[in-house]
Amino acid sequence: MDYDSLGLMAGIEIHQQLDTREKLFCHCETRLRESSESNRKYFRYLRATESELGEIDRAAREEMKMERKFTYHAYDTTCLVEDDEEPPGPLNPEALSLCLTIAKVFGMTPIDQIHIMRKLVIDGSNTSGFQRTALVAVNGYLPSDGDIETICLEEEACQRIEGDNFSLDRLGIPLVEITTGPFMRTPDEVQATAAYLGMVLRSTGKVKRGLGTIRQDINISIKDGSRVEIKGVQELDLISEVVRREITRQVSLLQIRDELLRRGASVSSETKDVTSLLKGTKSEVLKRAERIIVVTLKGFGGLVGSEVQPGRRFGTELSDYAKKCGVGGIFHTDELPAYGVTEAEVLSIRNFCESEPSDCLVLVSGNKREVICAARQVIDRAEAALTCVPEETRKMLPLGNTSYMRPLPGAARMYPETDVIPVKIKSEEWGRIIIPELLDVKAQRFVTAYGLDPAIARQVVFSEYLPLFEAGIEEGIKPAILSRTITSTLKELRREGVLISNLTNSDIISVLRAVDIGKVGKEAVPDLLLAVAEGTVVDAAIEKSSSGLTKDDIRVIVRKVISEREEFIREKGMGSLGPVMGIVMKEVRGAVDGKIISEVLKEEITSFLSGAESP
Amino acid sequence: MNQTFESGDLIRCRWGGKDFSGVYVTERDGSIVVKLSNGYNIGIPLSVCSIEQKSEDTNIIVKTIEQDKSLPVLSIISTGGTIASRIDYRTGAVTSQFDAEDIVRTIPGLAGIAQYRARRLYNILSENMTPSIWQELAREIYDEIKDGTYGVIVTHGTDTLAYSASAVSFMLDSPVPIVFVGSQRSADRPSSDNVMNALCSAKACVSHLGEVAVVMHSGSSDDRCSIHRATRVRKMHTSRRDAFQTISGEPLGHIEYPSLEVSLNPHTQHRNSKELSLNDKMDKNCALLYFYPGMDPSVIKRYEDCHGLVIAGTGLGHVNSGLIREIGHFIGNGGEVVMTSQCLHGRVCDRVYDTGRDLLLSGVIEGEEMLPETALVKLMWVLGNANGHEEVRSLMQSNLKGEFRMRSFYGL
Ligand SMILES: [Zn+2]
Repeated sequence: MDYDSLGLMAGIEIHQQLDTREKLFCHCETRLRESSESNRKYFRYLRATESELGEIDRAAREEMKMERKFTYHAYDTTCLVEDDEEPPGPLNPEALSLCLTIAKVFGMTPIDQIHIMRKLVIDGSNTSGFQRTALVAVNGYLPSDGDIETICLEEEACQRIEGDNFSLDRLGIPLVEITTGPFMRTPDEVQATAAYLGMVLRSTGKVKRGLGTIRQDINISIKDGSRVEIKGVQELDLISEVVRREITRQVSLLQIRDELLRRGASVSSETKDVTSLLKGTKSEVLKRAERIIVVTLKGFGGLVGSEVQPGRRFGTELSDYAKKCGVGGIFHTDELPAYGVTEAEVLSIRNFCESEPSDCLVLVSGNKREVICAARQVIDRAEAALTCVPEETRKMLPLGNTSYMRPLPGAARMYPETDVIPVKIKSEEWGRIIIPELLDVKAQRFVTAYGLDPAIARQVVFSEYLPLFEAGIEEGIKPAILSRTITSTLKELRREGVLISNLTNSDIISVLRAVDIGKVGKEAVPDLLLAVAEGTVVDAAIEKSSSGLTKDDIRVIVRKVISEREEFIREKGMGSLGPVMGIVMKEVRGAVDGKIISEVLKEEITSFLSGAESP
Repeated sequence: MNQTFESGDLIRCRWGGKDFSGVYVTERDGSIVVKLSNGYNIGIPLSVCSIEQKSEDTNIIVKTIEQDKSLPVLSIISTGGTIASRIDYRTGAVTSQFDAEDIVRTIPGLAGIAQYRARRLYNILSENMTPSIWQELAREIYDEIKDGTYGVIVTHGTDTLAYSASAVSFMLDSPVPIVFVGSQRSADRPSSDNVMNALCSAKACVSHLGEVAVVMHSGSSDDRCSIHRATRVRKMHTSRRDAFQTISGEPLGHIEYPSLEVSLNPHTQHRNSKELSLNDKMDKNCALLYFYPGMDPSVIKRYEDCHGLVIAGTGLGHVNSGLIREIGHFIGNGGEVVMTSQCLHGRVCDRVYDTGRDLLLSGVIEGEEMLPETALVKLMWVLGNANGHEEVRSLMQSNLKGEFRMRSFYGL
């Protein structure tokens, strides 16, 4: 596709959870819990407040189509702040300093006085009905010349358990939101930018890891299309595909529009009740329905069934809108007869609605309230198809497709969080912030300074064990053994189900040091780490597995063995190495690294032989 | 810079090397607060901004509310507690609503319960309430009832809501319910308890209830409100929705949510069981003292100009022996002293220990099971109406408005 002529413009909003000790506005730890560990539940209703202009935000209004009761699961690690039963505490200074650090990496300007805002969110994911967020810095830049518009510090929302059940453990974890300018022009550029931002965030060493801890929202528009925001893309590798498929969708919708206009298509605002007509239907869905009504899309025939994204049709778009009213989905005549609806039934509906073959009829089924709402949604969406691609917030589906979530929120949904005092950023404070070494740079340094293979170096710097590597180097452990431990030994142990999270960095370093000084063989490392992970004190584990012999002890043994076999060695020269090695190994009962014995042995035989030549 | 902005002005600022427009909100701690087009407020120096366009009056689109003429009329009197509010997202300002129409517009569910007439008596923080305002409130409620209202809703800040409710309870005999209501979580938030509390209080006002009550959340969930007797209710938590609790004994009843079904307990006084009468005299010259170990007797002396003292004593109703002499002096000089307990739960009994007996000998009145705050309000009312020590003692030890029970039962 020629993205240039399509006029692709894309920007990213990246959300990253911070690995701070406490939450953003309370002293609870930032640990996620299993929902089965919840010790208390309660439920609430959320209501949008009417604004001064008498208008409820359109995104909020969308959520209000269904009055919903939200249930919250609390834990012994959550408090009244998450419950919205106590005012928030002051802004967490650790989170703010981390946010400022990231801002400084991008060369941004911090806001003089940071104001905490309440951003209206009434989908239930925040107990209060708003998310607390603050704009911390503006105007940064990327090496690619792209711009960063803003960086915000926000509180994370609840995790949805299922339906309208939410888990409070995640609520309040600090989150940075980085918003780029809409400077990206190709899908690959979007993905590369996201990867770079992710790398910078990781470079602080204080961000959460794992699925769901980083999410990207992508803003996309093409010249004749509309701005669409795709929420919650979690897999970095899928980003360019998501962008490509959104462009495909918009291009297809524009083609559908052009065809509809050519045909003079229109949407009838009148609906027909066909409940009695379908009394004897074999369709499971329709049989159960209290009510079935039909929306007539004049001249839409064939287009509703046409594909807009791989496996998704224009009909799927209509269905997404209808589902917001609680119905399971819709049927349309482009796909009928099917799903238990017979040809005869289709005909009788067509006759009843006096429709032309070029029309597409959409069947909406459910209870009375649902069908009225769903039919309205179908009509609105179909009417929009005649003019444009609607501005929407969409959510990511597996493999890179997206589905409709809600209209794009308007800007008018924030007001001040009066319970938190604004924070002044002093220039000394900003000056004191140290920019961390970026992981890209660090990886390069590991290659040149420690001779690591570039791929291994990348693995090490992006690993959660980077601090282990750096601490190990500091302690004088060889880079090779550290990187091998990180990129292979620990991974294997994890794969075998060993609880390697029980191992502290200092445990691991102790074990590696024991190898380094020859106290234990390197073959013993996995067993040692396993023993420590299972609760053995590290020194005891090393003692137990070691022969107790130092290199000097080994040298004594080696010299003894040599002196007992002087003749043999003088005769065989360096050829005696193998046989003598076997004897020494027997003496130390295999508790010493063979490599060390062979090394000592080589030295001693050499010195013995050279000494023997010149008496 | 002599430049001054007004809230709502469109201004142009430069920060971080870029120019942008925003709406001027206010000044705060030396910075000016600007609302950006993305909704965020930021604080930046005044010097980086200049005026772009003065604020224009925005047209407020107001839909008129039709009240259902077949429904009973309730009166809403606001004193400052916010039961309904609006947000101006342009400037972020939150404004309280007091007009009946505005309240009903903000809480549409109210329209199905009754018709309303509303009046804003005061707009003050509840900690700034005074006994004079309680009196004014009682007179206002009296007038509303005389005008034929079917029930009265008083919106009130929660901090001293229980004092006001209890004061009105002593000053008024009412054939119709008088319900005090507030919200613990600000009315601007989508999770506020205001809507449910308001709907439940309206529902209580059209029920069989016939006394002064407080209607607030029963628990943390939005599932029911409790109806508390004004003289037995106390705010027991700084911030939780269910802060209001009936101390010792059962609430008057409950309202389920969202069904709004009202259930009243047997000890509730029903509608029309009392004739309307107002007795609004009060002697405000009273004080409430919280005893603590080591309290100096001179503290009592400092109250010598007071006509009445309520003491929240320890345990069964005790103070240190050093205080007893001063209390004796206070009473000897014509003052009245009522003993209550910091325990809140349980009855005062000064006949068990020597200190208690000495207190009784010095003329202290046992406050029975009364909450210290209720005892204070009652003492003001009694001193305003009784003649002589014996009548004061007799009234203080009579259950006038359900402020105590003659028998204590198990359970907190
Ligand atoms: Zn907490």
